[in-house]
Amino acid sequence: MYGQKVKLRFFFIVLIFLSLILSTYLVLKSLEENVVYFKSPSDVKELGELENKKIRIGGMVKKNSIDISSNEINFIITDFKNEINVTYSGVVPNLFSEGKGVVAEGFLKDRSFFKASKILAKHDENYMPPEVKEAIGEK
Amino acid sequence: MLYSSLGYYALLLGFVSSLPIFFFSIKNFKDKQILDYKIITFSFIQLFLVFISFLGLIFSFIYSDFSNETVFNNSHTTKPLFYKIVGTWGNHEGSLLLWLLVLTLFIFIFLIKSRELLKKYRILTVLFQQIIIIGFFIFLIKSSNPFNYLFPVPKEGMGLNPILQDPALAIHPPILYLGYVGSSIIFSSVLAATTLNYISKTWAVHIKNWVLASWIFLTLGILLGSIWAYYELGWGGFWFWDPVENVSLMPWLALTTLLHCILVLEKRSSLSSWVIILSITTFTLSMCGTFLVRSGILNSVHTFANDPERGLYILTFLFILIFISLFIFFAFHKLEKDKSFSFSIISKETSLLINNWFMMYFLSVVLVGTIYPIFLDVLSSEQISVGPPFYHKLIAPFLIPFLIFMAIGPQLKWIKSEIIGKFYLVVIFIISMLISFLIIKKLNVNLLINTVLIGSALYLFLVNIRDFFSKKFKNTSQNLSHFGFSLLILSILFNNIFSSEIITNLKVGEKFDNNKFQIIFNDLKKFEEKNYISFKGYFSIKENDLEDKLQPELRIYNQPNIITSEADIKTTFFNDKFITMNTVKDEEYFNIRYQVKPFMLWIWVSVLLISAGGILSFFTRRIE
Repeated sequence: MYGQKVKLRFFFIVLIFLSLILSTYLVLKSLEENVVYFKSPSDVKELGELENKKIRIGGMVKKNSIDISSNEINFIITDFKNEINVTYSGVVPNLFSEGKGVVAEGFLKDRSFFKASKILAKHDENYMPPEVKEAIGEK
Repeated sequence: MLYSSLGYYALLLGFVSSLPIFFFSIKNFKDKQILDYKIITFSFIQLFLVFISFLGLIFSFIYSDFSNETVFNNSHTTKPLFYKIVGTWGNHEGSLLLWLLVLTLFIFIFLIKSRELLKKYRILTVLFQQIIIIGFFIFLIKSSNPFNYLFPVPKEGMGLNPILQDPALAIHPPILYLGYVGSSIIFSSVLAATTLNYISKTWAVHIKNWVLASWIFLTLGILLGSIWAYYELGWGGFWFWDPVENVSLMPWLALTTLLHCILVLEKRSSLSSWVIILSITTFTLSMCGTFLVRSGILNSVHTFANDPERGLYILTFLFILIFISLFIFFAFHKLEKDKSFSFSIISKETSLLINNWFMMYFLSVVLVGTIYPIFLDVLSSEQISVGPPFYHKLIAPFLIPFLIFMAIGPQLKWIKSEIIGKFYLVVIFIISMLISFLIIKKLNVNLLINTVLIGSALYLFLVNIRDFFSKKFKNTSQNLSHFGFSLLILSILFNNIFSSEIITNLKVGEKFDNNKFQIIFNDLKKFEEKNYISFKGYFSIKENDLEDKLQPELRIYNQPNIITSEADIKTTFFNDKFITMNTVKDEEYFNIRYQVKPFMLWIWVSVLLISAGGILSFFTRRIE
């Protein structure tokens, strides 16, 4: 009834449509698996239950809290309301120091203990990560 | 003071000179047969004025004129002369002035180089380009004037961010901008050609040079940025899926697809809708790049201090441009109804089209990963970030068919190709899968995906090597670029699989030992340089009987007061040894990171090969 050309075009449209659906599904699915949420120490305190998911925690490095040994760095992140202990073994960025903003990525062990796998580098003295600015809020 | 006001008035006059260009263009559009020479004259005057303005800013930087706010914010008297000059475009205002300079330069070159083309088309292109130029003039003068006057005049400037004081980063922005701004000519020209229904072979031959030139600059610009991030940021990798990197990758993907479509348009006069849409997309993405980097919306290493108002302006401007271009596309574009549009399933066109769709898929993945966090933040104020696994997972599997089609496509003929005589393609395919299986089998990694990935990259690699030697093959530039791409993917895969890293904290004199090798921290010395103090660490790496000496550095800049780590990298044919050190809280412990990165050199070389293909193609056309 229909010509060869019409059939071919119809086939093409169906193919494109299917692959569009497939790729949208794939993108959304892996987005769900791979996004990292950002929390402040206060958000962590209010968490209902602890999920074993990678998160980011941001705030200030508390004064006199950095403790360094040969294979670990321990410090405390604070948003001036709540604090959280962080253990980290890895590279620290140049601007990592006490009283400066920091973002740590890793897993929560419990509500006040965090094991970081990455400390994020920010390369400007005057620059503060927007999340940190917000987390510290009114301060 | 003098140079600064000279620059400012030149900028204002340059803005005013858009008026005569508009006037003569519109007058000339209807009445005469040849292009009014006044348009070219005024375009040149505009270019000259913007150039004077740019020179004015450069001289303000050279003479450290701190009555100029831009100079005050980004320069310092103790800075070496070279970085005073390159500091001109290391900041927002200066880099936009550079954008404008390139915009006016390109339209002038366009006018000179397009003499044999339709007059109406040339005039319309000038008009569309002028709209963009005026947009940038208003933006510069209104919200980011590089010549703001400061009183009282400060004695000393704020200094340039030390991580920007680097030769690679000195030429990275101009090269990248040449690529970005080149896409503006493509954009204006496509709109003009669509309006006049002039999308044709002649047009394709002419615009192809512009596409090629922008593509080469964009490729090299991204390469330079990537190399800089590798050794200066001390992250020890070549790509981090950082939003700002993504923002330059997106126009590259669109432009690469466009380049292939232009080829089809030139040879076969089809795919014209693709060409129009991709040209608009490329320019929009380039503008988005500037917008996202400069507005502070993106959370990335590049976000230095910035201003949301500027972002809003660029965004509004961008929407106007998109609106105009979509209107023109739907109102004027007529789909070609000629026979050339039909082609068989087994043909060059088909494989090109399939890979176009793959490219669009990669582009959407990068786009979603980059802007999804922004949307989520606006809609629910939930803050998230999208990590590398997202991109790897979504891109890697689709690279397999992509690479295979990339290998097969060029072997086919236009319109309809015979399968007979293509037996070697199957043989090479089996060989590459076998080799890849034998390599991967010995390693402790995921067997299936790695075998197939490396196999398909190897397939492209071998097919291209065969092409180099086969006599009837003529398209050397395409061959070179595709070969470069296969080498790039291979190097990236091996780099990924074989990379190793050790992070430890050491005091001077201490030693790290893990049976395989030793890292010995021998000594630490202090040096005083012109604008920074340097602490140099002396390390020896002992592996088996080999000993490497590496000297990473910590620099404490005086103005602004920033500490940076300078990595020391020992590059050999097969791998890079990469070491960085950092202090923590002035303690005796230094934070040491040592990495072995295989085939790093080949990643850079392969990108150079890819662009060399483009350069070759650009100049072969010239000679013909």
